[in-house]
Amino acid sequence: MNLSLLKRGARATVETVDSSHASDAIAQRLREIGFVSGEQVSVLAFGPLGADTIAVQIGFTRFALRRSEAARVRVSLQSA
Amino acid sequence: MNSAVSSTLPAPLHIALVGNPNCGKTALFNRLTGSRQKVANYAGVTVERKEGALQLASGRLVRVLDLPGAYSLNATSPDEAITRDVCLGQRAGEQRPDLLVCVVDATNLRLHLRFVLELAQLGLPMLVSLNMMDSAARRGIRIDREQLQSRLGMPVIETIAIRKDGAQSLLTALEGQTVTPPPALAPEADLHAAVRDLLAATVSVPRRTAEIDDALDRWVLHPVVGMLILASVMFLMFQAVFSWAGPFQDAIETGIGATGGFISEHLPDGMLRSLLVDGIIAGTGSVLVFLPQILLLFLFILCLEESGYLPRAAFLLDRAMLASGLSGRAFIPLLSSFACAIPGIMATRSIQHPRDRLLTIMVAPLMTCSARLPVYALLIGAFVPERTVLGYVGLQGLVLFGLYLLGILTALIVAWIVKRFGSGHTEAALLMELPSWRLPNPRDIFIGLVERASIFIKRVGGIILALSILLWFLASFPAPPADWHGTAIEYSYAGHIGRAMQVFFAPIGFNWQICVALIPGLAAREVAVSGLATVYAIGGGQDAAASQLAPLIAAQWSLGTGLALLAWYIYAPQCLSTLAVIRRETGSWRMVGISLVYLFALAWIAAFIAFHIGGLLS
Repeated sequence: MNLSLLKRGARATVETVDSSHASDAIAQRLREIGFVSGEQVSVLAFGPLGADTIAVQIGFTRFALRRSEAARVRVSLQSA
Repeated sequence: MNSAVSSTLPAPLHIALVGNPNCGKTALFNRLTGSRQKVANYAGVTVERKEGALQLASGRLVRVLDLPGAYSLNATSPDEAITRDVCLGQRAGEQRPDLLVCVVDATNLRLHLRFVLELAQLGLPMLVSLNMMDSAARRGIRIDREQLQSRLGMPVIETIAIRKDGAQSLLTALEGQTVTPPPALAPEADLHAAVRDLLAATVSVPRRTAEIDDALDRWVLHPVVGMLILASVMFLMFQAVFSWAGPFQDAIETGIGATGGFISEHLPDGMLRSLLVDGIIAGTGSVLVFLPQILLLFLFILCLEESGYLPRAAFLLDRAMLASGLSGRAFIPLLSSFACAIPGIMATRSIQHPRDRLLTIMVAPLMTCSARLPVYALLIGAFVPERTVLGYVGLQGLVLFGLYLLGILTALIVAWIVKRFGSGHTEAALLMELPSWRLPNPRDIFIGLVERASIFIKRVGGIILALSILLWFLASFPAPPADWHGTAIEYSYAGHIGRAMQVFFAPIGFNWQICVALIPGLAAREVAVSGLATVYAIGGGQDAAASQLAPLIAAQWSLGTGLALLAWYIYAPQCLSTLAVIRRETGSWRMVGISLVYLFALAWIAAFIAFHIGGLLS
């Protein structure tokens, strides 16, 4: 499961961030801003026109991501 | 401070404020240094360098450097690279700070403490400023400061940058104290794990999010409601610029008229009186009138910036902008371009991807900058009737909104074309923080507005004054011979230049007076208005002061000409400073040439169409 597939309001736990290539700056930055194993993440909103942008809460912070960015974040769904 | 005392004091202390974006660093900087700030650029790059000074109670001078916000020392933008280089002492011409004041948002410690730990590995003396302690208290966040301090091994103090005495604890901490570098974690240590341990031991948080953020974001980020809110905010902004500024403008106009009248009465008719009244007062006065509108526009932009709304707007618009080849990140630079394309183009440095950045720079001049406002305001005032449509909406405001909209639409189309025929696409990141909602702090807004007002007034006093005088000269000399049967200005240099330009501009309805005014308008767009004022003041006799320009052109120009000039200025070949900043930002004359040519072409075509539509309407 990855973050880009979650529904609005879903909560999940981050497992890891996958790099799409060897020096993936986006993946690196995602890890720096808190997408690391064990963190809780929740999906707040989707942008208009095809929901390509996703607003998520990680730690105490909210971020806007594109679907392609969110797809790098592997998560496991929390039950309840 | 007198020099005998200062010689016995210790050397000035160099401190740098460093922290994540949105930690309240700039508010703290304003609190510490007040108006004693110097804003410039770092040599060779366009990252803004803000330095200020303060004096401690002991008399020791402290130099405060406000470093650009960064998430990590592993820089992904020119901004972050500056912060990294200064902290590492690798920035040429920049002294390595004696002390890092690491500013963290007390409500966002999970993210911000990681950067503290990363900075602690540098071996510089450090101090942590727990900022926004008031918001933290409101949310019931409790922080065991002493425990945090001993675990971090560096002083931790509490600040509330928006409160008058909110930085007192920081000043006390700076006083006399010699701080030693904190213990660093091993280079390969897991900083996130360390932060979690710290938080578990020192912080209790009843709720992960602020209720106000949840409540507002539910609607503001909503795909439908959010877009409606965005449209309303933008519309309100442009309506306000036109309708709220009125009384202030009237007051300024009256003042200018009175000054001109006073001089006319007390000076004998002659060269000097003409220079003062027709050149200087008509020229600068006609631009000064627009100060209220420009400040209102900045007031809106600053408030939107401070409140945290802008990144949310970028979130909503990302998809639409992506379709045209831009990215949501371009929204903030483009919105700044409504104030002025120069800060807008400079703000593109937060766009990491080079191609996206170049494209944003190219279309930024299409956003209607505040210098164009005087031109629009004059022409709309002269050619659009003052009445309401649909009950509440002012027609003039509506037309203004339409002009802004045309600029935006063109930008999207241009971006789309460039992308369509440009080189292949590589992935660029959006990855943008949506900071907590915040009530804009009047003091910080005020400081921002004063900064803008002084820049504008300096322009009026500098380039606009100089050009007004030059234009007055061109329009007054040479004096016509006695047997000349036209007006004096037609015989002058300006008259000749204007008529020569007509070859190119007659097809779009510009008379020679407009042509003359266009030349100084290249240096600064608003000078086109003062140029017209000067040309008509000299050509039209004694009483054509700035305030009468609108009825004058309304009477003398056809509707087509008025509309054509409006259309011309949507795309107006940019002011020279914009071209200079494009050159500096892109390092390429080719980009300057491309921008110049395409904007000229668009302006001409648009004016041509507008001229003929105007002809049909009237």
